[in-house]
Amino acid sequence: MSGFVDGVPDFVIELALLALAVSLLIAFYRIVRGPSLIDRVVALELTATIVAGIVAVFAIGIDEPAIIDVAIALALVAFISAVAFARYAERARQR
Amino acid sequence: MNDLLATIAVILGTALAVLSAVGLVRMPDVYIRLQVASKASSLGIALLMLGVAAHFDDVSVTIRALLVVAFLFLTAPVAAHVLGRAAYITGCPLTAGSKPDDLAGRYDRATGRLAAPDGAQRGDREAEAG
Repeated sequence: MSGFVDGVPDFVIELALLALAVSLLIAFYRIVRGPSLIDRVVALELTATIVAGIVAVFAIGIDEPAIIDVAIALALVAFISAVAFARYAERARQR
Repeated sequence: MNDLLATIAVILGTALAVLSAVGLVRMPDVYIRLQVASKASSLGIALLMLGVAAHFDDVSVTIRALLVVAFLFLTAPVAAHVLGRAAYITGCPLTAGSKPDDLAGRYDRATGRLAAPDGAQRGDREAEAG
């Protein structure tokens, strides 16, 4: 990857991105496996959080502060979707 | 100095994020998974944002990074609470050996109402009678 500046060393950025990608895969395993809807929602929320972390590391890596806004939007959407899923699950059960 | 701080923060934050993903798979119970996923990943993101703030060393970037952290710390407990409540109401089982289940027997699945047990608190019973 070109475009890395002096500061945080290249291999730290690359290893961090690799580790975060692996943890995305691990969280995806929980989404596929379940067993309940709430498990999947929890795993989805963790996925959004990890993607926000990837955005942060990537912003350091390419030395571009503008993409931090993506992390803000992602955190917002993840919270709202988690609350909506939880309320949907409660309502569906009570009826 | 800033570079060193950013490097250490990125390494620690990444390690916490990976640990919370591993915990999400390894833990036996929805409720334990919920706590792993909300707490460890919050601290991980906070450390990564500290790394961003230290790396760019700019007021506007620091404010945005702090905004992410503040928002996450405000919403993660709320989301965990709502999801845990939904998990209990939809009847997710607790893992074997999970001892204090204070809601056992107090939640009526048919009507969807929580009730205090006999002789628990006077205020609750009076409110129910009146």
